[in-house]
Amino acid sequence: MSSEQEAESIRCLVAKVGLDGHDRGAHVIARAFRDAGFEVIYSGLHKAPEEIVQAAVQEDVDVLGISILSGAHDTLVPKIMDGLEEYGAKDDTLVLAGGVIPDEDREGLKEAGVAAIFGPGTSIEETIEFVRENAPQR
Amino acid sequence: MTMDADDESLLEALLAGEHRALARVISKIENRSPGYRELVSELYAHTGDADVIGITGSPGAGKSTLVDKLAEEYRDRGETVGIIAIDPSSPFSGGAVLGDRIRMASAVGDMDVFVRSMSARGTLGGLSTATADAVKAMDAFGKDKIIIETVGAGQNEIDIVRTADTVAVLVPPGSGDDIQTLKAGILEIADVFVVNKADRDGADRTVQELREMVHLGEESGLAGGSGGHHGADVMSGSDAAVEATADEDEGWTPPIVETVATKGTGVETFIDELTNHRTHLVDSGTHAEKVRQRHAEEIRTLLREDVHSLLEDELADSGGIDGLAEAVRLGETDPYSIASDMLAPVETCIENLETETRGDGSSQE
Repeated sequence: MSSEQEAESIRCLVAKVGLDGHDRGAHVIARAFRDAGFEVIYSGLHKAPEEIVQAAVQEDVDVLGISILSGAHDTLVPKIMDGLEEYGAKDDTLVLAGGVIPDEDREGLKEAGVAAIFGPGTSIEETIEFVRENAPQR
Repeated sequence: MTMDADDESLLEALLAGEHRALARVISKIENRSPGYRELVSELYAHTGDADVIGITGSPGAGKSTLVDKLAEEYRDRGETVGIIAIDPSSPFSGGAVLGDRIRMASAVGDMDVFVRSMSARGTLGGLSTATADAVKAMDAFGKDKIIIETVGAGQNEIDIVRTADTVAVLVPPGSGDDIQTLKAGILEIADVFVVNKADRDGADRTVQELREMVHLGEESGLAGGSGGHHGADVMSGSDAAVEATADEDEGWTPPIVETVATKGTGVETFIDELTNHRTHLVDSGTHAEKVRQRHAEEIRTLLREDVHSLLEDELADSGGIDGLAEAVRLGETDPYSIASDMLAPVETCIENLETETRGDGSSQE
């Protein structure tokens, strides 16, 4: 292995936002991403949108996965997107949403800039594949 | 060294204080993406103002929590903080879960605390270089205090933490015999000892044991105390004669601070001791010596890596390592002969260079 070779790794932030204490899904995703060879930063529970933005910007993540099971996605996700835009990070961060998100809300989230929404029943492989194919080339 | 236009504007943005630019530069350093060397080389001109603090200790000692409180206190004093939190990565998948951020709650919403998680990407040796370069980036950005946090597990971590001017080693109470096991390597690098979770049973005893150890070390000159970083130096195998004198922390006895990081108790005393050590370094002239020595190590590492990658190319040209390894397996040759054969042209090259440059005084080493 040449030490000069590029050592790029896909960096992901797995984030729990708002008043939502259900983090099993986020844990499963974090672990699966790690096993797929990604570098995963886990935010911890009950984070405010600003905290997620701060972490995403400072860690310079390629992928931001937001897990929401509280139903507050229509409020929280746009706040995160605005924050990313403020720091010039919106365009080259792949934002994913997971959790319980009704079909009728999906269009709105996509318009806000979410690349894909993975609801209950999505296979882990599918999610990993999506990240591999769509992680931004910088 | 010249940079392309993108890197040029990235550097400008970093120097102008854009957080995103700092984050991007650190990514480039971590990824070793094209142009990162030119970038880091430009950064050097803007470094030297930050105070670099290394914090290490066993898993669960409370490093992240203490770092968080440290950052909070520094912010209260009006100083900006950069934190590099290092987590191990899986040697199998290369993946990692970087969890130190979870415990850094007081940094939240304050962009002047810049937390960056890093993991070893395959080669551990590369991590200390990447960490040192990331410190440069934060320094150039204008951070007053830069904290490197890493699990004190072995030689690589020691190398990482030696990037710092001042090293604090966390020892959980009730370690008892653990202190004995810590002795090899980790304890020698401590400039300040912190007994965290000091409200727990056994804290007094741990402080006592540490104190004894520090004094013993002073008498024998082998561990802790004036001996400073001997153990680490001997192991890193570099110019022992130079470093033995270079690393002598003349007259510094590592203080032992008791903290309860979760409550913030003792953090101010801890900061005072860090400042004391910094003052000591500067006053005694050890600081300049340390910095010089660190740069020497950086140069060595870079040269080693560069020569290594040159040889990798040569290796690929001669059919890759697999073929050679197979030849060894079949008993046709041996690793030593292969290494000599491959290095022969390099040696000839260097000899030629020496004859060419003889007289103008420039050394090729």
